Amino acid sequence: MIPESHRFPDRAGLALADEGLRLALDRARQGFIGNRRKAVDALPEFPALREAARRIKDHTLSNLDLYLERFESQVTASGGQVHWAADAPAARARIIDICREAGARTVTKGKSMVGEEVALNEALEEAGLEVVETDLGEYIIQLADETPSHIVAPAIHKTREEIRDLFAKHHAPLGLGPPGLGNAELVARAREVLRRDFLRADVGITGANFLIAESGSTVIVTNEGNGDLSNTLPRVHIVIAGIEKVLPGYEDLCTVLRLLARSATGQEMSVYTTVSTGPRRSADLDGPEEFHVVLVDNGRSGMLGGEFREMLRCIRCGACLNHCPVYHAVGGHAYGWVYTGPMGSVLTPLIVGLDRAHHLPNACTLNGRCEQVCPMSIPLPSMLRKLRARGFERGLGTRTSRLGLAMWGFLARRPALYRPVAGAAMGVMGWLGRRRGAFRRVPLAGGWTAVRDLPAPEGETFQRAWRRRGSGGR
Amino acid sequence: MEGTSRARAAPPRVGLFVTCLVDLYRPSTGFAAVHLLEAAGCEVAVPRGQTCCGQPAFNSGDAGTARALARSIIDRFEGFDYLVAPSGSCAGMIRRHLPELFAGDAGWRERAEGLADRTWELTSFLVDVCGAPAAERLRGAEAPRGVRRATYHDSCSGLRELGVREQPRRLLAGVAGLDLVEMPDAEVCCGFGGTFCVKYPGVSGRMVSEKVENIAAAGAEAVLAGDVGCLLNIAGRMRREGRAGRVFHVAEVLAGMADRGIGEPAVGSPGTTAAGGGSGGGSGRGRAPER
Amino acid sequence: MSAGSGGAPAGSAPAGGRDRVLGAVRAAVRRDPAEAAVRRAEIEARIAAREVHVRPPVEGDLTARFAEKVALVASTFAPVKGVDRVSKAVADYLDEHGLGREIVVTTDPLVEQVRWSNEFAVARRAADPDDRVSVTGAFAGIAETGTLVFVSDRRTPTTLNFLPETHVAVLARDRLVPHLEDVWERLRDERADSPRTVNFITGPSRTGDIELQLEIGAHGPRRLHVLLVDV
Ligand code: SF4
Repeated sequence: MIPESHRFPDRAGLALADEGLRLALDRARQGFIGNRRKAVDALPEFPALREAARRIKDHTLSNLDLYLERFESQVTASGGQVHWAADAPAARARIIDICREAGARTVTKGKSMVGEEVALNEALEEAGLEVVETDLGEYIIQLADETPSHIVAPAIHKTREEIRDLFAKHHAPLGLGPPGLGNAELVARAREVLRRDFLRADVGITGANFLIAESGSTVIVTNEGNGDLSNTLPRVHIVIAGIEKVLPGYEDLCTVLRLLARSATGQEMSVYTTVSTGPRRSADLDGPEEFHVVLVDNGRSGMLGGEFREMLRCIRCGACLNHCPVYHAVGGHAYGWVYTGPMGSVLTPLIVGLDRAHHLPNACTLNGRCEQVCPMSIPLPSMLRKLRARGFERGLGTRTSRLGLAMWGFLARRPALYRPVAGAAMGVMGWLGRRRGAFRRVPLAGGWTAVRDLPAPEGETFQRAWRRRGSGGR
Repeated sequence: MEGTSRARAAPPRVGLFVTCLVDLYRPSTGFAAVHLLEAAGCEVAVPRGQTCCGQPAFNSGDAGTARALARSIIDRFEGFDYLVAPSGSCAGMIRRHLPELFAGDAGWRERAEGLADRTWELTSFLVDVCGAPAAERLRGAEAPRGVRRATYHDSCSGLRELGVREQPRRLLAGVAGLDLVEMPDAEVCCGFGGTFCVKYPGVSGRMVSEKVENIAAAGAEAVLAGDVGCLLNIAGRMRREGRAGRVFHVAEVLAGMADRGIGEPAVGSPGTTAAGGGSGGGSGRGRAPER
Repeated sequence: MSAGSGGAPAGSAPAGGRDRVLGAVRAAVRRDPAEAAVRRAEIEARIAAREVHVRPPVEGDLTARFAEKVALVASTFAPVKGVDRVSKAVADYLDEHGLGREIVVTTDPLVEQVRWSNEFAVARRAADPDDRVSVTGAFAGIAETGTLVFVSDRRTPTTLNFLPETHVAVLARDRLVPHLEDVWERLRDERADSPRTVNFITGPSRTGDIELQLEIGAHGPRRLHVLLVDV
C-alpha cells in the first residue's frame, strides 16, 4: 500500500472518534497484556532467554553476509532456490516471474508482514493472478480491502457484525447464504471457503519467522494451520523473508521460540511451528515440487550499517504494540502503513523515508513500556529519539513547535534572562488564575487547552521565593 | 549514607535541581523537597542560574541545545555530593542521558558520568541513599485536609529509567491518616510526554482521560505523583471534566505541606488556606522549611 | 569474495540482485575480504558446536509433565499399555466423538505394528480432502510444552497432520524428550538427510482473529488426541 503515515494526525483523529474501535482496542489490550504477563511470570528463565536471544541475534547480524551465504548454499543443496531482492519492486517482480514460470493462476498466502511491506498482493493481482489470504485475520481485511491494524492480529479492529456482513457479501457468489453471528460459525465458514482455495491453488506463498543457516530451512509459526496448508498443498512453495530473519542453527531457534509465543499471545508455543527444507523428497507422498526463498533487503542493509541495527533483532511479536498507550488510543490504521505501534514508528520512516513518516517517531511519549516488554531488548525509545534528531536536522516538523522549542532553548541557556522573564510571566499568570485555579484557554497553548485546562502557576517562581526568604546563600 | 568520602559527621551536601516546572509552576514542591532532604539530614543548596535539564530539546532531537544545558548543569552541580530532583523525568534525563550527549568528547563525558552517578530522584534518594533511619525520621506527616484515600501514579521516566516504584509508596505508608490505594494501570503513561501533549492533543487527551477515569475508579480523593508535568496534565484534565479529586506532588504530602492542590484556586475557595500568601498568589504560603 | 560459496541459483535470478544485496550487507558489516575465510570458519564452528543456550528445567516425571501440558493446550491424552491396545484406544476415542471407523494412517514402524480390528477401514496414503480421521506416528513428544513432532517422509505424509478434522497422534513413550533441543539431536542422529517438513504441533488448530476470542479448529484439525504407547 502507499504509505499514508504523513497523515497521522488526521487518521488518529478519525480513530479517536470511532467508538467501535475503542471497544476492540480495549479488548485487545486486556487480552494480550494479561496473557503475556501470566506466561512470562511462569517462566523464571525469561530474562536469561532474552539476554541469550539478544546475543544470538547480534552475533548473526554482525556476520549477516556469511550467514546469508550459508543459508543460500543449504537451500540450494536441498533442492530449493534462493532469490535476492534489493527492494520492493524487485521482490514483486521476482515472485511474479516464479508464478508465471509455474503457470500459476491461483495463489494462497499465509500471513507475511514483508509481503504487506512490498505490496505483493496488488502486484500479483495486476499480473492476473488470483490471490487468497488464508490467515483468518488477513482474509477478513483482504475482503474489506484494508491493511492490517496489528502485526499479530490483523483484523483486531473488526467486529463480528462487520465480519458477518463481509462474508455474506463475498460468499454469495459461491452460493452460500449469510453465516450466523457466532464466533464458531464465522470461523467454520472461513474454513469451508478457504479449504476450496487451498485445494485448487498452484502456488503457496508464506512468510518466514526465521531462516536457519545450518540447514537452509524456513520456519513459520502460526496457530491456525493455514500456513501449513499453503506450504504443503500447492505445487510451488514460495517463501518471502527479510534478510534479517536468519539464525545460525536449530539451538538458536529453540531459544528465540521460547520468547516469541509468550510475548505475542501468552502461549508457551504457538500451535504450529513448521520447519521447511527444500521441496518434497522424491519418495514423499505430499509437499511442493518447487521451493523458492525470496530474500528481501528493502532498506535493511541500510539499518544494518548504521545506528538502527538493533531494530533488525525484531521478531514481530507485537508486544510493543500491545503495551503502547498511543497504539491503544488510536489503533493500527492511524500509523498509515503496514507496521504499527512502536516498532512501526521506527521501521516505517526507515523504509519509506522520514519525510513521509516524520510524525510517527514524534507521536510517542517515550514512556518506555515497549522497551521493557520487547523480548529482543530493542531500545525503541532511543531509536525514536534518533529519528527525531534526524528530523530536527532536516527541519521536519511544524513551524510552531520548532519555534516554541527554540525560544525555550534560548531562554533556558540564559539564566540572567530566564529569571526575569519567567518571574514576570508566572506572576501574571498566577494573578490571572488565582480565582479559578486553572485556565480554560490560553493564547499560544491551544494544543494544551484543547483537551484539558491549564492549571495556574502559584505566582512567584521557586528560585525567587527561595532567595527572597534569605536562603540565597545556599 | 553511602558513597561519600566525607567525614562521618559531615552531612551530605545536596544540590537541589528544582526543575523548570517546579520553579515556574509549583514552588510548593520545591519547598517540600528541601524540607524532606533536611529532615533526612542533608545540607541543601539551590545552585543559582539553574534552568532546565534539557530534556525537551533532547527528546525533540536538538542535541545542541541539550548539550549546552548539560554543560551548565555539570558546572553548577558537580561540586555537590548529590544532585537531587523532585522529578523522575529530569533525574532520568541527567542520570541516563547526560553522558550520551558527550559521546565524542571524553572530558565532558567523564564529567557527565560523574554527575550522572550521583543524581537521584527525590523519593528514591530518601529511601535508597539516606537509608532506613532517615526514612524513619520522615514518618508522621499529616494527610492533606479532606484526603483519606490517595492513589499514586507512576511517572514513566522515574519508573522505567530509574526504578522508582516502591520508594514513594514506602514513604507514603508513613503519612498519618492516609490510605494508599492502587488504581488500575497505575504504571501506564498519563499522556503528558513533554511536547507530545501539545503536538498530539487528541491522543494525549484520550490517554489522560483514561488516567483520570482510573483514578476515580480507585475511589481516591487525591492523586499523587513524582513529576509536576504529569500532575499538571492530570489536574488540567480533571478540571476540564469537572472532577473533584485533588492533585499533589508526592513530596508535598510527605512533608505535610500539601495544602492547595494543583489547579485549585488561590483565593476565594473554601478548603484552601492561602496562609501567608502576601505577594504573588500562593507562593509564600505553607510552612517554611525547618532548619 | 568467492563467488557463491554454494553457487547462485542457476539462471533464474536477475543478475545483480544477489550481488547488490550481499554487497550492501558486506559493506554494512564492514567485511574485510582478507578475513572472510577466517570468519567463515568461525561461523561454521559455531554452527557445528550446537551450543544449547537457556533451557527451563523440566523436572520430575516426563509423562506427567507432558500429559499436563497437553491438557493445557486443549488436546486430549491417553496412555496405552502396548501397541496391541492401540486399535481399541482409537476405537474408544472415535466412539466418544461419534466418529465412524474410517481412518487414514501413516506407515511408520510404530503405527505399522498396530493390528486394526476388523471394523476399521484403514487407508495408507496422503490425506484427501474428505478424510475425517487420521492416525499418525509422531517422531517425538516434548514434555517442556506438550508439543508433538512429526517428520515428513514417504511413510508419514504431512497432509495427514492438517487436513482431517480429527487427528490421533501415536507416540512411543521412549520418544518423549524433555526439551525442544532434544528433538534436533535425535533428528541429526537418526536421519542422514533432513526431511522436507518438521512439524511441531502444540494442540489443535485455533484462531483468535475474531474479536480476539479463542476458537478451536481454524484450518487444521479441530481435535488432537494423543496416545502415549508403552513399547
Ligand atoms: S520491537 Fe520487540 S516487542 Fe516490538 S514486535 Fe519487535 S520484537 Fe516484538
